[in-house]
Amino acid sequence: MTQTASDIVIRVKGLVNRFGSQTVHDGIDLEVRRGEVIGIVGGSGTGKSVLLRTIVGLNRPAAGSIEVLGQDMLNAATAERRAVERRWGVLFQDGALFSSLTVAQNIEVPIKEHCRMPARLMDEIAATKVGLVRLPESAADKFPSQLSGGMRKRAGLARALALDPEIVFLDEPTAGLDPIAAADFDHLIRDLKGSLDLTVFMVTHDLDSLFAICDRVAVLVDKKIRVDTLEAHLRDDHPWIHSYFHGPRGRAALAAEARREGAGAMADRA
Amino acid sequence: MAPAATLLAADEPDGVVLQADGDWLVATAAEIDRTLGALNLPQGRPVKIDLARVERLDTAGAWLVLRTEHELAGRGNTVTITNLRPSLKPLLDQVRATGHVEPLPHPVPAHHSLIGFVARIGEVTLLILRRGYRILGFAGLVAETLAGLCLHPSRLRRAATLVQMERSGLDAMPITGLLSFLIGVVIAYQGADQLRRFGAEIYNVNLLGVGVLRELGVLMASIVIAGRSGSAFTAEIGTMEVNEEIDALRTLGLDPIEVLVVPRLLGLVFTLPLIVFFVDFMGLLGGALMCWAVLDINFQQFINQLQTSVSGWTLWVGVIKAPFFAAIIAMVGCYEGFNVTRSAESVGRLTTQAVVEAIFLVIVADAVFSVAFSVLRI
Repeated sequence: MTQTASDIVIRVKGLVNRFGSQTVHDGIDLEVRRGEVIGIVGGSGTGKSVLLRTIVGLNRPAAGSIEVLGQDMLNAATAERRAVERRWGVLFQDGALFSSLTVAQNIEVPIKEHCRMPARLMDEIAATKVGLVRLPESAADKFPSQLSGGMRKRAGLARALALDPEIVFLDEPTAGLDPIAAADFDHLIRDLKGSLDLTVFMVTHDLDSLFAICDRVAVLVDKKIRVDTLEAHLRDDHPWIHSYFHGPRGRAALAAEARREGAGAMADRA
Repeated sequence: MAPAATLLAADEPDGVVLQADGDWLVATAAEIDRTLGALNLPQGRPVKIDLARVERLDTAGAWLVLRTEHELAGRGNTVTITNLRPSLKPLLDQVRATGHVEPLPHPVPAHHSLIGFVARIGEVTLLILRRGYRILGFAGLVAETLAGLCLHPSRLRRAATLVQMERSGLDAMPITGLLSFLIGVVIAYQGADQLRRFGAEIYNVNLLGVGVLRELGVLMASIVIAGRSGSAFTAEIGTMEVNEEIDALRTLGLDPIEVLVVPRLLGLVFTLPLIVFFVDFMGLLGGALMCWAVLDINFQQFINQLQTSVSGWTLWVGVIKAPFFAAIIAMVGCYEGFNVTRSAESVGRLTTQAVVEAIFLVIVADAVFSVAFSVLRI
């Protein structure tokens, strides 16, 4: 596939983030292509979430430029920023649902803000989104405090998808979920990515997620970023990257993925 | 270019053709919904939904297509969806796979009817009674722990108690002192205005002395402390509850009442009387200053008149109430802190509730004291 300018949906150049005297990012360059799932990994305190927050505009970097969907986000006027913001969705770590609203009302918040439509139709669309993230119908009327952690994340995803965005940012989507729920969530993201044409920017710790759904992986090490395919990272001999992918958990996830692919190939042949 | 969508219905020999056009997106959904609502299709005829000219489709648009299909099928029309672009097919399938979901009806709040209103009054009354009962139970628990501590005084956490005395007593002096001084000024000024008409300016001192010493000093101090320390108790203990710190204490074999409540309770019970004393002084000082400025009553006259109008008891009547009010404030503050569930939102709600309850109970207790003192003729 040839690379054209519109194929890059997020372009970060020379990003520097500092908190006090501590430098978290020192010159990060990152390009995210349309339609890919990119996973961001790194040790604790390497600024994975900070990178996500910087791209979506919750944190102002010390230096560098950020371009999302062709728009220079750091120098854009408010109206231009708003126009881009409605084309992305963000899922925060614990869903960040508004606690005083039901799940359906949470999903309707962005719709109400950006579109004018009858309440009945809005309820229908919210109900569709609830189904889309595979929450039971009855969840629509529940308050976030009545949901389990996994359901809150699904509801948060439904809200992030309310306006059918082009990019979704996921901050540790599988953290705190049991392995079955985490695998389900991976499948959900993969399915939705296929049918909704999403570009997925995912901060994660979960090696299984990385192996199962990420097209490329960005590793934050030494205040820089290394973006590559998983296969290339597996051959990387940087000490942290090596111990990350070749530690016991990395090996287990890799073996599981190999088994899955083997089973898939066999099913194809049959 | 703003997205636009249209829908045309054409009656053809072999059935009705719905020709969809443009962008079927959440932004155009309202418009499409209106057009769909205005369509009046004959029953029983086959309907073909032609999506050949649909440029873009999102979940809202897909829902509208599928809803139309569902509704028409429900009326006995046979429906076919044709000419969907292959690139849009996965989306339509995905939305179809979620099934036809009717939104749940919005429940009407019960208190919007008369019976609901009456029922709500009953519910709230029961809730208040239940809460009072629970606070009483909590007070019993604390009293039991205190009794245990009397038997083993070495288990009292002296350092924690001193820290609490500093935080809720010493640190509160500037604000309580300033407020009391200003209240003294205000009362003296208002009193002077009224009493001057009768030539009874000197009785302004009586008004100040009795008012500040008996009631205003202790009430003012208690209300400020309820807002300052009562809320802090709830927030501190509540945050610990959210972080599971209280559970950690229990698993470590520590009694949260002994560790958290007793130091706060004793700290406040010891310091509030001292604060009241200080507040009384500041209130009289403000009043004296105003008497001198407005009524030309100098300090010597002020002191002389004060000595004739108030006795030692006037001061003690105020100060005696302080430990009781302190106990109420600390008890309610800590109790609501323990009520916090594991959400940050409940910390805020219960902190507000603790302050309101503490002030309410302090004023109720003050009324009880007034009745008791009048029966005892003090």
